[in-house]
Amino acid sequence: MTERLTSRRRFAASTAALAGTALAGCLGGSASGGNSIKLGVLEDRSGTFALNGDPKHKASLLAIEEINNDGGIDGQQIEVFDPDPQSDNARYQDLTRRAIKQERVDALWAGYSSATREAIRPIIDREDQLYFYTTQYEGGVCDHNVFAVGPTARQQLGSVLPYLVEEYGTDIYTIAADYNFGQLSADWVKVLANENGANVIGEEFIPLSNSQFGSTINRIQEADPDFVMSMLVGANHTSFYEQKASAGLEVPIGTSTAMAQGYEHVRLDPPAMANIYAGVNYMEEIPTKRNTEEGGFVDRYYEKFPDAPYINEEAQTNYFSIYMYKQAVEQAGTTDQEEVKAALESGITYEAPEAPEGESIKLDGATHHVDHHMWVMRADEEHNIEAVEDRVIPETFLSETVGCDLTQEDEETQYTPQDFYEEAG
Amino acid sequence: MVNGLNLLFQFLDSFAFIVLAAAGLAIIFGIMGVINLAHGEFIMLGAYATTLANIQYGLPLPAAMAAGVVVTALFGLVVERVIISGWLPNAISQFALGRDIIEPLYDRLADSMVATWGLSLVMVQGVRILYGNSLDQIGTPLGNIAYSGFSYSTYRVSLAGVAVAVLFVTFLVFRYTEYGMRARATIQDEDTARAMGVDTERTYVTTFAIGSGLAGLTGALYAPTITMVPGLGSSFLVEAFVAVVVGGPSVVLGTTLAGGLLGSINAVFSNIYGTFFGRIALLVTAIVMIRFLPEGITGFVERVRKRRQEGA
Repeated sequence: MTERLTSRRRFAASTAALAGTALAGCLGGSASGGNSIKLGVLEDRSGTFALNGDPKHKASLLAIEEINNDGGIDGQQIEVFDPDPQSDNARYQDLTRRAIKQERVDALWAGYSSATREAIRPIIDREDQLYFYTTQYEGGVCDHNVFAVGPTARQQLGSVLPYLVEEYGTDIYTIAADYNFGQLSADWVKVLANENGANVIGEEFIPLSNSQFGSTINRIQEADPDFVMSMLVGANHTSFYEQKASAGLEVPIGTSTAMAQGYEHVRLDPPAMANIYAGVNYMEEIPTKRNTEEGGFVDRYYEKFPDAPYINEEAQTNYFSIYMYKQAVEQAGTTDQEEVKAALESGITYEAPEAPEGESIKLDGATHHVDHHMWVMRADEEHNIEAVEDRVIPETFLSETVGCDLTQEDEETQYTPQDFYEEAG
Repeated sequence: MVNGLNLLFQFLDSFAFIVLAAAGLAIIFGIMGVINLAHGEFIMLGAYATTLANIQYGLPLPAAMAAGVVVTALFGLVVERVIISGWLPNAISQFALGRDIIEPLYDRLADSMVATWGLSLVMVQGVRILYGNSLDQIGTPLGNIAYSGFSYSTYRVSLAGVAVAVLFVTFLVFRYTEYGMRARATIQDEDTARAMGVDTERTYVTTFAIGSGLAGLTGALYAPTITMVPGLGSSFLVEAFVAVVVGGPSVVLGTTLAGGLLGSINAVFSNIYGTFFGRIALLVTAIVMIRFLPEGITGFVERVRKRRQEGA
């Protein structure tokens, strides 16, 4: 009897203690200007997008660790909230609500696909949450709360397509994944072809579930283009490259999706990726000092994650955007989200691994996009990667065509190439 | 406009893919009344085993493929004993509690679907935990056939030969071996077969292992042509199910006819109108078949035959 009593008393005491800690935690969390900053990092480590999401998660942890070791942001250590959303949009919505309302994150990084971004954007806009979207994407998001810091279709295709027109000729065949991203990217190919005096002589949209490309290869051979633009997406579509190599299709291919994100040149047996040109802001192989020199980005990443397979395009974007956030907080002198947004809009620059020595990349305050340093990377027969062209390409669609200026006017819109045509008349 | 050889090669390619994707599923469904929703993951297992044997353990490709088949068949054996028949858990619970805890899933369509779907989730995530998000991939052997501006992968076209061989061997097994006879007896009337001394338990185990082995073979054969990720099985599942629905209950004849019909429809539509319409045409075919021939081609043939016999 006494035993039970003591145990009950002990239980009551420990519950009270627990409640006390929880309360203290709440108080600490809500008081901005406490001694820690909380960042939400929702990246897929399982499910459909695990292959692309895992390097993003790792690079975020690297940036946070580096900043913490260096004394934090204005002396405040960074805490991270990083559950695995498992490539599931419903789970993303739950976790986004939790990150904002319970964890009270000061800034949020979340999601690989455009579908995920659009699934959580209403929640983010309702709560006016500062949000970084770091994947290369179709472009066009003009949103007061969203910093879409990855390169857009106009930047990626705009670097590789003109190069291929000059090298190989003007007849283009487009193959793209049959959903939002692929359809819009294919529209961008048309816009860019027009601007560069080329024509799209054929176009095919391929369901995401398809992994058999025999007829697609035949149709490309029948059209006989000078080069192919490929915006295929996901693991099923990757089979295309192996299948076109074994079928002996040797036409050059330009892409915004292959190699830089899913590192196909590492995973597939050569020569599957021979003569493929990727328009990207980052690949592990880009020849900048900050990237490849001793102690550079690549070294630091593999030192922390020795078993990681590859550093993809998005990983670098997560990495530099956390540093951009750090700069903005230090400039604003607070983690108050509206003030940090204003600081980010003031034109933050950062010496990211993608930029060559002496250059940096600039966050465009008006559009919340980045003027990226874009590279055209080519894979040869042995899958060695070589940079064939590089230059800075600003995101002109939002700034010049549709006139998005978030410093003047708050918007929550996604524009599409349709707007480009309407604007052009 | 459309090149005849293109159509022929595309037909052979589609035929092989449909037949190989469906064979294991059809056998397990036809004989055991179990719908194996983990069929795609069994294919994935065969592909993974083949690739790992080839790349990590340095086996030559044919030997690695054989390893893929053996590994998947053994895995199927274990799955049958543990999940489908519940033999192992029941043996344990008999010992501990004195009663069975699992009822076998034979002929329980919906239940077997739920159980094997759960299994498929466990397999995908298990492989991801063990081997990460992807494996390095073996290149496709044998080069290509080139003809007047077109070319086709020799390996993929020759898979049609393998598919025919698989169908032929399956036919021989069911027609001429003792196992085949017992299996046919079990399908026709399980209780009578058991009364006549057929060990139906053993028939089921063997059937599941053979079906799994065929899934493993499909994975092994396609390993050099598709991307090695844990979720690769799902790209086989649609074709496999459509083929079983269209083919009907007779395993060998049904799969052959379904492969021929669907292969030609897919070849024609995807060559003329593109991949998207090829897939739409497959699904429309399946819908039409379910509406007008709910028991598939062979079910229809069987019905006509019975009616004739009754009439005579």
